[in-house]
Amino acid sequence: MIPPSFEYLKPRTVPEAISLLEEHGENAKILSGGQSLIPMMKFRLARPGWLIDINHIPNLAYIREEGGYLKIGGLTREADIESSDLIRSKFPVLHDTAFVIADPQVRNLATIGGNLAHADPANDHPATMLALGAQVVATGRRGERIIPIEEFFVSIFTTALQHDEILTEIRVPVPPPGSGGAYFKVERKVGDFATAAVAAQATLDGQGVCQGVGIGMTNVGPIPIKARTAEGFLKGKTLTEITIAEASRLAAGDAQPSSDSRGPAEYKKALVKELTKRAINRAIERARQ
Amino acid sequence: MIQQTSPEIGGMGHSVKRKEDRRFIQGKGNYVDDVHLPEMVYGQLVRSPYAHARIKNINIENAKQVPGVLAVITGDDLAKAGLAWMPTLFFDKQMVLATGKVLFQAQEVAFVVAEDRYAAADAAELVEVEYEELPVLVDPHHSLDADAPILREDREQKSNHIFHWEVGDRLATQKAIEESLVKAKVDAVFQRCHPAPLETCGCVADFNTATGRLTVWLTSQAPHAHRTLFALVGGIPENNIRVISPDIGGGFGNKVPIYPGYVCAIVASLKLGRPVKWIETRSENLQSTGFARDYHMTAEIGADPDGTVKALRVKTLADHGAFNAAAQPTKFPAGLFSICTGSYQFPNAFCEVDGVYTNKAPGGIAYRCSFRVTEASYLIERAMDVLAYELKTDPAELRLKNFIPPEKFPYQTPLGWSYDSGNYRAAMDKALEMAGYRELRKEQEEKRKKGELMGIGVSSFTEVVGAGPSHTFDIVGIKMFDSCEIRIHPTGKAIARLGTKSQGQGHETTFPQIIAQELGIPVADITLEEGDTDTAPYGLGTYASRSTPVAGGATSMASRKIREKARKIAAHLLEVSEEDLEWEPGKFFVKGAPSKAKTIQDIAFAAYTNLPAGMEAGLEAVHYYDPPNLTFPFGTYICVVDIDKGTGEIKVRRFIAVDDCGNIINPMIVEGQIHGGLTEGLGIAFMQLISYDESGNVQGGNFMDYLLPTAVETPNWETGKTCTPSPHHPIGAKGVGESPNVGSPAAFVNAVVDALSHLGVRHIDMPITPWKVWQILKEKGMAE
Ligand SMILES: Cc1cc2nc3c(=O)[nH]c(=O)nc-3n(C[C@H](O)[C@H](O)[C@H](O)COP(=O)(O)OP(=O)(O)OC[C@H]3O[C@@H](n4cnc5c(N)ncnc54)[C@H](O)[C@@H]3O)c2cc1C
Repeated sequence: MIPPSFEYLKPRTVPEAISLLEEHGENAKILSGGQSLIPMMKFRLARPGWLIDINHIPNLAYIREEGGYLKIGGLTREADIESSDLIRSKFPVLHDTAFVIADPQVRNLATIGGNLAHADPANDHPATMLALGAQVVATGRRGERIIPIEEFFVSIFTTALQHDEILTEIRVPVPPPGSGGAYFKVERKVGDFATAAVAAQATLDGQGVCQGVGIGMTNVGPIPIKARTAEGFLKGKTLTEITIAEASRLAAGDAQPSSDSRGPAEYKKALVKELTKRAINRAIERARQ
Repeated sequence: MIQQTSPEIGGMGHSVKRKEDRRFIQGKGNYVDDVHLPEMVYGQLVRSPYAHARIKNINIENAKQVPGVLAVITGDDLAKAGLAWMPTLFFDKQMVLATGKVLFQAQEVAFVVAEDRYAAADAAELVEVEYEELPVLVDPHHSLDADAPILREDREQKSNHIFHWEVGDRLATQKAIEESLVKAKVDAVFQRCHPAPLETCGCVADFNTATGRLTVWLTSQAPHAHRTLFALVGGIPENNIRVISPDIGGGFGNKVPIYPGYVCAIVASLKLGRPVKWIETRSENLQSTGFARDYHMTAEIGADPDGTVKALRVKTLADHGAFNAAAQPTKFPAGLFSICTGSYQFPNAFCEVDGVYTNKAPGGIAYRCSFRVTEASYLIERAMDVLAYELKTDPAELRLKNFIPPEKFPYQTPLGWSYDSGNYRAAMDKALEMAGYRELRKEQEEKRKKGELMGIGVSSFTEVVGAGPSHTFDIVGIKMFDSCEIRIHPTGKAIARLGTKSQGQGHETTFPQIIAQELGIPVADITLEEGDTDTAPYGLGTYASRSTPVAGGATSMASRKIREKARKIAAHLLEVSEEDLEWEPGKFFVKGAPSKAKTIQDIAFAAYTNLPAGMEAGLEAVHYYDPPNLTFPFGTYICVVDIDKGTGEIKVRRFIAVDDCGNIINPMIVEGQIHGGLTEGLGIAFMQLISYDESGNVQGGNFMDYLLPTAVETPNWETGKTCTPSPHHPIGAKGVGESPNVGSPAAFVNAVVDALSHLGVRHIDMPITPWKVWQILKEKGMAE
């Protein structure tokens, strides 16, 4: 559990961090919470020559509502998301998610930026951000660019971020009235990655007709998956036991799990179905509150 | 009868707070990895990526170039010193560093020593080993196939068979089963699991070139036995070896064997003349050190239609991995597995076990267990449930019907054990009452009507602990007595040293409580030391719940020797004859004149200042206790589970544990032991498995896949007790540490099977994961 040797750099500003990334090229890695990167280094599965520690850059950790968006700084810790009143009241799906990530010690350090940038299909935030239709703000030498979350996850451990870009912010559109969301995760024990998990976010009109819905799935494919077939089916329909059951069946069809020590693929599909149902039902409950 | 002592004295029955916890809570414990010596260097093992492969070549040149590297030791180097192999604790030998070929993934291949851990880790990566892969044998059921690869070329016997062992009357049992009108059978695997102590194994070996003395700080549950083995194998005179077990962060049997890393560190220290530290990583611990269980078992019961059991037949295949590194008494190749008749009156029984080799890590050790009693208890408690389903009778009723009744103790089992004492019905009644068993059954019935799944599991285990009597028990020839030495200082304070070694059990508190009970010296005034072979009397160590039954007996007896001398001194001080004195904890007084008394403190002072003529000075004693028999704790556990049909998840709603461990020394510590063991049982039943893929790659070799339950998964344990003292133990105590780990797996599994029994389910192998439950529900049409 001893990593190969590396150089450690501690920039104080985002531009400084970007120029260090440019200078050291592919051999440099950003260090934020370190809860994914450091274990990989200790197992010698990752061998960066330079670690660019962004923890000392001010103003990268915040949670605020602004211009119709919830804005979360890239360096915001999971523990802060979990305890934010704003998130708990207006974005309960995000609160659900932070609460089931790892354990309290890990959440004290782990960042939401790292959770997305690591692009591990087992991480929990990606599914939720897919359900919420979030945007990622990437900051590079030429300034900021916005990446829609659907385009962010490219392949396992790979995102649309350029090597010298930093994920500085996540923006979530504030949902209209009549919205609710929920995240359901089955894990083998607390602190474990998901066997499968589903995030659902729905907006209902007064008649219970679905105006909009987002469904994201965790650890059932090489990348976080948006259940597009299920979403397409539900939009414009009244949410009943029957339509929800059908949407859950379609979500299971959108999943591409593989068998491993957490269970056979067939079981994970069944879980997706069950958890989609539970997540939508909870989302509706919350939408009506 | 145990005389009640005051809380100040704190003898038996008082929940004295653990004296050791003050330093643990403050982070001031002293574990092996806390040992720092001047000039100390660090070792790291290079391990095999393959499960079975020939070693063509080892190139150490690049590794040696890493700055700070002092030595790279290979199997060939050790072979020159005759140390490439070492004996295991059970009639086999094991490679220290591989020569010729490797036999399991993560096997030790080379040892790198460097000035710091970083250089050692970098250099280990640069040791180039050329392997030629060989066919891999993973499934023990294929070990004896004609076309199976022969794993152990070093053995004369060209087969993967290690031993056959049987006990009982084969023919009578066969006949009784054939003639029985009701038969029940279960095939159950007690899966390969690992004790996973939170502190991994490690050592600091320090050979002093000037004095010729070797000091080894070692994560050892049996420091004296290890010293003797180092002397016998290494050829170093035993007086020149000092083994120190400092604070140990959990052992559970994992720290009984000697591991290659220890030997390599010693060899490196001898070679370099510098202290060498070697500490395992978590993965190394899980992948290469003593695993437990891996018993593939079949039990058959024959019974009368009224439920009276007639015969038990058990057949078992034991997977020992690449080397038989079981740590168990010499006369018992399958440990105490023949305790498998459990709490029941079987007129006939037969049990046979075959041990085989596979390309897996060597073992199996007794994980919080007296040498296979856990496997045995699990098997019989599962089989009794299967029989209950056959008979369509309540599993608790069936057990009550077949219990050995209290008046039949001492009870002779058909497989040769003599149970010392028991009152199984009392423990069962108490557990049923605490659980509200009848209401639970009603609730279950109603839930079933609604399609909900709820199960109730019962397990009435009989334990066998305190190995053991010298006529039957030894480990590599050394009899399994244990020892205690007590010295009373002039001011009435005391120090006691034992041959055992606490790894978290609370010895620094409970053994002084025994002395407090016997001598009336307050527990606060007694210091307890273990683990240093230069100072402690010889003993076989702590495992198999033997400390209280064996060393606890020694502590009592040594105290009584001191009390006898104290009586003489008191008579001298009070100027009466010894017969005129009466004892109560803490003082001798003159019969009929209680004010004429001498306290144990007065007497201690006199032992150094004012002795009767002709008496030797001092007040101390040592006792080596050879128990006349083992002790047999028991209990009934009841588990209630609810199953989520949508996800297959199991929730343990309640768990009632009634234990009977005889007289209790410290109720709080006993309860803590039970909580810990039940939590381990929960992990075993639902989460844990060290498995291998068909290439012999170990799965579950880290805490991401080998799951330890946390407070979140753990239910509220509801504990209760009955008390049936051991008739032969000096203080009537029996031992308790392993009971919860032995008795609980069956309760958990029985509860889950019970929840599904109306669907025809009779058995599910551990670990019972949500996906296994879901697959069953799917098969039975209960899930989509
Ligand atoms: C025991 C344990 C259990 C866990 N369980 C879960 C779980 O259940 N669910 C879950 O979702 N996660 C879990 N995690 C992972 C945890 O949430 C990680 O912390 C998270 O995935 C990464 O965040 P981090 O801040 O620690 O990133 P780091 O480890 O510092 O970095 C991860 C990767 O992202 C890159 N990176 C980090 N920040 C940025 C940025 N701002 N811009 C661009 N690139 C960046 C790094 O270069 C690196 O490649 C667990 C971790 C542990 C140790």
